[in-house]
Amino acid sequence: MYRLRLFAIRHARTFEWIYKYVERGMVAMDPLFAKIGYNRVERPIALVEKGVKTLLFDCKMCGQCVLSSTGMSCPMNCPKQLRNGPCGGVRPGEFCEVKPDMKCVWALAWDGASRMRHGGDKIKEVLPPVEHTLKGSSSWLRVSREIAAQERDAMDAARETLAQAFPEARENEPSAAPLAAEPPNAVNQELKK
Amino acid sequence: MSDAHRSEVEPIGYVPVPEGYVSHSRLERVLRSGRFAVTAELNPPDSADPEDVFQAAQPLGEVADAINATDASGANCHMSSIGICALLTRAGYSPVYQISCRDRNRIAIQGDVLGAAALGVSNVLCLTGDGVGVGDQPGAKPVFDFDSLTLLRTIRTMRDQGKFLSGRKITRPPQLFLGAAENPCIPPYDWRPDRLAKKVEAGAEYIQTNYIYDIPLFEKFMARVRDAGLDKKVFIIAGVGPIASARAARWMRSNVPGIHIPDPVIERMEKVEKPAEEGKKICIELIQQIRDIAGVSGVHVMAYRREHVVSDIILESGALKGRKRARPS
Repeated sequence: MYRLRLFAIRHARTFEWIYKYVERGMVAMDPLFAKIGYNRVERPIALVEKGVKTLLFDCKMCGQCVLSSTGMSCPMNCPKQLRNGPCGGVRPGEFCEVKPDMKCVWALAWDGASRMRHGGDKIKEVLPPVEHTLKGSSSWLRVSREIAAQERDAMDAARETLAQAFPEARENEPSAAPLAAEPPNAVNQELKK
Repeated sequence: MSDAHRSEVEPIGYVPVPEGYVSHSRLERVLRSGRFAVTAELNPPDSADPEDVFQAAQPLGEVADAINATDASGANCHMSSIGICALLTRAGYSPVYQISCRDRNRIAIQGDVLGAAALGVSNVLCLTGDGVGVGDQPGAKPVFDFDSLTLLRTIRTMRDQGKFLSGRKITRPPQLFLGAAENPCIPPYDWRPDRLAKKVEAGAEYIQTNYIYDIPLFEKFMARVRDAGLDKKVFIIAGVGPIASARAARWMRSNVPGIHIPDPVIERMEKVEKPAEEGKKICIELIQQIRDIAGVSGVHVMAYRREHVVSDIILESGALKGRKRARPS
């Protein structure tokens, strides 16, 4: 809905905050998702994501959400689907070249980004073209899964370095410097602290 | 086949690019040597006759360091930009191959970039493209697989890393001088310099702007560009063009996307008896004013269907002042 979309951009700072916590929550649920199977949770989560984001942002389910880099203004609503800023045809009053009744998605994006804490920096990044194979899939799930995996890898790397730094301990008291990966649940308990 | 034949058909690309340059482009040489560059737009013919291209190029070649071959500008169908570039390189001109994201997807564009480079093209201009709705075939499917920035980054990757976007290797990368467009005189004004910075980040080495008729607005833009240090990172070539009449100006303003012509300019056109002459005069004055703005490296003349006046405009404006002209009588 166009009006809700404008509302979301006006409150981009709040949505940035909400998004941060939703993301943390989903990362925390990684062990559960892994247990059920990510391919099994994909559909229900994509459905929820679609509902929420269609209402708020006129989401097109491109599957690679960039809202936090675009001031909470979805670039898929740009008739040219530009991912990196406005085109050269914006009409006076910041209206769209193709749809004259709609505000330019990217003029709104810069407005939203300037209200956010990190949006101002993120909007300056050059984003890659849309990967059409991802259409319809859940971005939330993909992102949280990637973050969870990264955190796990970082944890393992730290443990490995520690074990290598204390080789004697590994020999005499292996439990003090374990090399094997911890079971996922235990790793997650560590992370929460 | 003897080796003599091979050397005859494969001269392009074997010459290494000089230190500090990215291409063999004449435009790049002119810009990097600090001279004021002149580029001009060629209006593509609606025919399959190469003679039409040569006729249009001839008056532009007298003054321009590079000739822009437009890619269905305004979403109107004409001879393709790659076709025009092929003809121009054969005739010894240095074209700017304009690529619009509107009509072709990433597979077609990356292939065309290699094709253009093989034909001797050494400048590209990466554009988003006008929406299909304003053109002569509004029912066409808008592609927009890339935007101008992802296109820039892709060609830069092809050139500098010798790879397609897929990671597949290119045995001989294209040597291209990368350009993009900017439109300083239309909204969102505050974000235009940021958008320019992003284009530089994506790979733009020169910028050709849309028409500038509003000097104060352009000066404001340039001040912010200088503050951000962008004029040191990218060559900015300001777009100008002669207006044929007040009516034409009004029509352009309301029908062609991204054109801003202030009312005083149109009023000035209305008052005179010979509007075409006045349009030329305004264009010359604009070039002279633009030349004095710090950070501007050249002008890009877009004379819609009036190529014959471009040479006069450039010579009268003094844009080529300081360049030696050898003309035996």
